[in-house]
Amino acid sequence: MAETESVATRAQSEPAEQRQEALMLRPAVDIYEDDNGITVLADMPGVSRERLNVQVDKNNLVIEGDAQIDMPAGINALYADIRATHYYRSFTLSSELQHDQIDAHLKDGLLTVRIPKRAELKPRKVEIRTS
Amino acid sequence: MLSGFTDFGGLFDEFRRLEQDLTGFLGRSAWPSEIRSLGRGAYPPLNVGATPEKVDVYLFAAGVDPKSIELTIHRNLLTVSGQRRVEAEQNAEYYRRERFDGEFRRAITLPEDVDPDRVEARYRDGVLQVSVQRREAARPRQISVQ
Repeated sequence: MAETESVATRAQSEPAEQRQEALMLRPAVDIYEDDNGITVLADMPGVSRERLNVQVDKNNLVIEGDAQIDMPAGINALYADIRATHYYRSFTLSSELQHDQIDAHLKDGLLTVRIPKRAELKPRKVEIRTS
Repeated sequence: MLSGFTDFGGLFDEFRRLEQDLTGFLGRSAWPSEIRSLGRGAYPPLNVGATPEKVDVYLFAAGVDPKSIELTIHRNLLTVSGQRRVEAEQNAEYYRRERFDGEFRRAITLPEDVDPDRVEARYRDGVLQVSVQRREAARPRQISVQ
């Protein structure tokens, strides 16, 4: 499973005004693989179910979402570690993964995506016959 | 005909864009470093905003049990501590482990007119929002010049 950098996926000619939208947050992820498939855990604080988009496009798994924080009108920023609200990260999926059976679960801003391996490609114990 | 370099202008635009993004993600902050700040990369990241009535602190910590968070305020110093344990899966091979795992603690100096007796906190979608009311400022008075 390889990662595609967001820089490479941006269009070649992009006017400067769109740079603001292009400022994206790259969510921190944990990725592990076991016999059944691959699991991706992504930190996306501020993202609720309606503003989350997980999709598979050809061999690309795209995780994106918009953080929304209730802020009072006329608020003045005093300090900001986070200066964008759009999360985006993408990964290329290898062919042994079952692209159409991806399971995604979001709780408290933590997204868990589970991609199973194709059944026929799971490691199987080979029965040794003795005769 | 050089292959791949037909548009030098476009190539440098891409480098400029990359540099801008990298400094945006990694580089200088417009705000002076708070003396208690832990520098970039401290967990959890936080934002602070203010209105005349209150100061709001937003801490971006997904997947944290709100009961494990300890919030204390002393005068205008707000301290948030807690832990986020990430269970390592047995029998699994990890390709990336970027998510913060462990105990965290952040101390934030708020404007001096905050009232430590009027603090509210809520945790939603992975964001801990702490609101501290400000003491009513004396109304500005017009001074007439004799």
